[in-house]
Amino acid sequence: MNYRIVPAGDSALIVEFEERIDAAVNACTIACAAAIQRASLAGIRDVVPTYRSLAIYFDPLRTDSDALMERVTHEAEHAVAPGGAPPPPVRIPVCYGGEFGPDLHAVASFAHLSPDEVVRVHTSAIYRVFMLGFVPGFAYLGLVDERIAMPRHSTPRIRVPAGSVGLAGVQTGVYPAETPGGWQLIGRTPVRPFDPARAQPFLLKAGDAVEFYPIDRTEFDRLLERGGNHRSAAAHD
Amino acid sequence: MTEDAHHLRPGAPALVVVKPGMLTTIQDEGRWGLQAHGVPVAGPMDPVSHRLANALVGNDRGAATLEVTLVGPELEFDDERIVAVTGAAFDLWLDGKSVPHNAAFTAAAGSRLRFGERRLGARAYLAVAGGINVAPTLGSRATHLISAMGGLEGRALRVADRLPLGQPMRSPAAAGQRTPIVALPDRHARIRIRPGPQAEYFSPDALEVLQSAPYVIAQHSDRMGFRLEGPPLTHHRGADIISDATPLGVLQVPASGQPILLMADRQTTGGYPKVATVISADIAVAGQLGPSDTITFTVCTPREALGALIAQERALMALEGPWS
Repeated sequence: MNYRIVPAGDSALIVEFEERIDAAVNACTIACAAAIQRASLAGIRDVVPTYRSLAIYFDPLRTDSDALMERVTHEAEHAVAPGGAPPPPVRIPVCYGGEFGPDLHAVASFAHLSPDEVVRVHTSAIYRVFMLGFVPGFAYLGLVDERIAMPRHSTPRIRVPAGSVGLAGVQTGVYPAETPGGWQLIGRTPVRPFDPARAQPFLLKAGDAVEFYPIDRTEFDRLLERGGNHRSAAAHD
Repeated sequence: MTEDAHHLRPGAPALVVVKPGMLTTIQDEGRWGLQAHGVPVAGPMDPVSHRLANALVGNDRGAATLEVTLVGPELEFDDERIVAVTGAAFDLWLDGKSVPHNAAFTAAAGSRLRFGERRLGARAYLAVAGGINVAPTLGSRATHLISAMGGLEGRALRVADRLPLGQPMRSPAAAGQRTPIVALPDRHARIRIRPGPQAEYFSPDALEVLQSAPYVIAQHSDRMGFRLEGPPLTHHRGADIISDATPLGVLQVPASGQPILLMADRQTTGGYPKVATVISADIAVAGQLGPSDTITFTVCTPREALGALIAQERALMALEGPWS
């Protein structure tokens, strides 16, 4: 796959693959990041894969920059998306509409569908975790069916509750904590994508597959009661 | 320190917040290694002064300090401690007596340290021998305000907070006032940059425009980043990119053409093109600027960037001694 390597200042290298949002490009990006991570080169502080590029942060005083460049070039050159079966999806329960999904009707109007049909469209796809960002544990999932791909609000909400499930164009995701946010909110999950106190603080990582399924308010309350953090509420199949 | 102080008080000795100041947070070198999970790094805005403060009291460089912003706090010591304040120059009063900036001093059990008038710079670092010993979150004590993580409940200090202190590790470096390693800017700084990583998203003269006149730091600027107001930059491939990683010190440029300098609490990713990046050695100076201060950007060579960083490192290592 085509790539280029560009520095960002004196302590980061960026490897860019093809400029599009695409599962194969993203898989290649994640594979390249993993290979660089595995190489455990001295001085590397962080390796951060995103949609189609990755950042390698390093300490310029503890890094042999020629060796780093050589290794990164090698890994970019040989990066390939892993073959074989896709990972089983992480299943996330969502209580759609009502107070949890204040934008569900707007999305339905946008799509010329009923709210129930929007839920059906949202739950009928298996999404890819392209990357994490924005806040700890926020996974950018895609691609959402074009019919319901409503753009984000032009003015973000000041407070979006934790667990809110939103969409913005062809992206969808779960807000891990209460933050400001501009995505169209269609429901809420009792599952917490991020909890620093949990043995595994992060529910999702880049490259995972995710599937949403509808639950009613009673089930939502029951799961929340049991602890939204419980792995079984969103277990791998 | 006196053994008595330990026996007389229940629990770990603490630093008690009498007045919190405008924005005082617990910081260490940051939460590295988790940006792939969306976890921001945080850490000190002026990492050099943070490290210097630790060196002066004999702490490891990774110990947590207090970052004091613009208006300083008043603090009371449970037990006797070696203390140092670096970074922004504040008048410092220990039980009403002046104590020096950039030098270790001893605070007696029960004494109160008050930050007075600020003379220069925006952020001071207070290190206490033994470090601020709150429980780490995901391997770091650094406070990240937006995600409410680290430090004390992920927030700025409040009145009556008790900050647990660690065991002092070793004798501090020799006493006496130090020459600061970061020259404090007087409301204006010249900051060196390297082009990219996305300079080609802008008109060919963008780097010239960026260097043509000073940029003013806007009022709503914070630990996440400085919104800058100055000569607008022109995009020539649009102002949106496919979101990617956002390095410390990068200048991202939204559609307005006014750059935003991303600092310690930046998000891990962003969707605006990035015209240039501040060199590592100049992050500390940038961290000493506040709203309405100005920045003149200058492109430098990779050699100059590395040379400046090496000079800074040598000065710090000379104070840290062999243990750090």
